[in-house]
Amino acid sequence: MRWQPAHQRYRKTERPGFWHTTFWLTQGQQERAASHNKRKLLMKILVAVKRVIDYNVKVRVKADQSDVDLANVKMALNPFCEIAIEEAVRLKEKGVASEVVVVSIGAKACQEQIRTALALGADRGIQVEAENIDALSIARLLAKVAEQEQPGMIILGKQSIDSDNNQTGQMLGALLDWPQATFASEVVIEGDSAQVTREVDGGLQTLAISLPAVVTTDLRLNEPRYASLPNIMKAKKKPLDVLTPEQLGVSVGNALTLVKVEPPAERQAGIKVGSVDELIEKLRNEAKVL
Amino acid sequence: MTILVIAEHDNQSLKPVTLTTLAAAQQIGGDVDLLIAGHNCQAVAQAAATISGVRKVRVADDAAYEHQLAESLSNLVLSAAEGYSHILAAATTTGKNFLPRVAALLGVNQLSEVSAVLAADTFKRPIYAGNAIATVKSADAVKVMTVRGTSFEPVAATGGTATIEPVAVVGASAASRFVKEELAVSDRPELTAASKVVSGGRGVGSGENFSVIYALADKLGAAVGASRAAVDAGFVPNDMQVGQTGKTVAPELYVAVGISGAIQHLAGMKDSKVIVAINKDEEAPIFQVADYGLVADLFTAVPELTSKL
Ligand SMILES: Cc1cc2nc3c(=O)[nH]c(=O)nc-3n(C[C@H](O)[C@H](O)[C@H](O)COP(=O)(O)OP(=O)(O)OC[C@H]3O[C@@H](n4cnc5c(N)ncnc54)[C@H](O)[C@@H]3O)c2cc1C
Ligand SMILES: Nc1ncnc2c1ncn2[C@@H]1O[C@H](COP(=O)(O)O)[C@@H](O)[C@H]1O
Repeated sequence: MRWQPAHQRYRKTERPGFWHTTFWLTQGQQERAASHNKRKLLMKILVAVKRVIDYNVKVRVKADQSDVDLANVKMALNPFCEIAIEEAVRLKEKGVASEVVVVSIGAKACQEQIRTALALGADRGIQVEAENIDALSIARLLAKVAEQEQPGMIILGKQSIDSDNNQTGQMLGALLDWPQATFASEVVIEGDSAQVTREVDGGLQTLAISLPAVVTTDLRLNEPRYASLPNIMKAKKKPLDVLTPEQLGVSVGNALTLVKVEPPAERQAGIKVGSVDELIEKLRNEAKVL
Repeated sequence: MTILVIAEHDNQSLKPVTLTTLAAAQQIGGDVDLLIAGHNCQAVAQAAATISGVRKVRVADDAAYEHQLAESLSNLVLSAAEGYSHILAAATTTGKNFLPRVAALLGVNQLSEVSAVLAADTFKRPIYAGNAIATVKSADAVKVMTVRGTSFEPVAATGGTATIEPVAVVGASAASRFVKEELAVSDRPELTAASKVVSGGRGVGSGENFSVIYALADKLGAAVGASRAAVDAGFVPNDMQVGQTGKTVAPELYVAVGISGAIQHLAGMKDSKVIVAINKDEEAPIFQVADYGLVADLFTAVPELTSKL
């Protein structure tokens, strides 16, 4: 079944809810049924998160140039994914979303980042166990998870700070045939659609997209909170399912071969100048850029 | 090999990045066609037809493409993709927005921010904020990639005689609607195309104080950029951010004022030819990449520099 706009689902859930609450149930059951019915009007949000090198760490290339060296390097949630989680949690706090589900594709270690997301307010986690697969495979797995979960919105980071790909959300949108709003700096849900302000090269652009949709986050969408200790403890008890690509019925692969990884060209060490006059003299006569 | 390049334009004129994207296409080799999707964009098509080395200019002129919305544009490119071995667009917010959709629709990967062409299937691209350069070989049936503008020399805008032919409108999507746009207007040169750039950081302190940066930029005929911290603090608009997740620049001269030099900032400017840093902290990492460093308070040094130029 395809995800349906909230107003269509409302008509389906209204009648049984009304019937039950009026004729059959005790006070407590009525309240629970009422809140259950209300929740059904709200949408679920799926957030895709990635485990990456901590943004403060400067990576080094391995001596054999086969890859970057990630041994004993601090890992973290991709910063744009933190912003995605924060946005989803805020939509839940505002009463727009009913549930926030986080999904990460990776080796077992990425459960650490799923737990962080749960501590930040997500309700439930899914790890898809897969390594060394390409961006298309990632997008296909996420699309399958989306088909199963039927969210009203999927929020992703605009870019992972390791691969610097900036493509997963857009690919996912295409695979699901959903509209997208990338590089979001503001998201306003209005019934069955969302108004999203996007950071583009020329300034800001606002789009109205119908739901369900894919949104990717830019830096200024929000300022993510920190996880409190009690919430970190609570997160340990939240459900975390592990799935495989086979279980999802997705065949994954990698069409890209990493031939080699090199350090960037080193800049020659420069000099310090003692005064503005000296700076001007150097720029004129040595660098010849004035 | 036959290559399709998607033009970047504003319905009136072609953006210079189109010429650098074409340069990457010509390095791959083979016939190169240019697709222009827009609305009332015939002037763009006329100008494009004179670009050196373009075989065909294909034009989809329809209201559906006026704002280059990703859903409609990617459906169009998919329908026009038949027979092409490579599909390229500039690594701008427009290219990054629609091209991954094209890749997914074709069932292939996108290579992002390609910075060098080694062979028809092998490319270089920066990863980890430019702290590593990956060489990637693709086995995908069609190579779909965004091209980093600062890494290629633009092809000549004249000398060509391409034919112009229309492309049928397909796959216009109603799921996404343009509402409005707030574009920054400035008489200064465009940041990514400028030969000189002056950027300000958190050290500048406020939006008003940015006037010292603008004054220096105007004296130099330079574009103005900023660090993320300066944008986050609201000193300047988002389109001025230079860095890993902002714009990439590689001017003849880059002047970083009150910017510490975080790796995310360096990612966007360290290919500049000459880098000048003005910072009051002599330990600031920006001095490690600067050709000329001046340890000084920006509020005295920058006005002095401006007045003496
Ligand atoms: C996911 C992610 C993406 C990011 N993307 C980007 C990006 O694209 N671009 C980017 O720039 N950053 C980016 N950042 C942020 C980056 O890590 C730094 O926080 C940011 O670049 C710092 O900006 P700054 O140098 O202006 O500020 P600061 O680091 O606070 O430096 C201010 C400097 O000003 C100097 N100063 C202060 N007063 C004066 C004075 N009176 N005279 C002279 N010097 C003075 C200080 O000595 C200091 O060195 C990103 C971060 C993350 C996590
Ligand atoms: N392995 C992954 N698991 C879950 N989400 C991912 C994964 N890779 C990328 N994403 C999502 O896609 C966004 C953009 O990543 P990228 O396209 O790789 O730059 C990230 O911020 C995540 O939200």
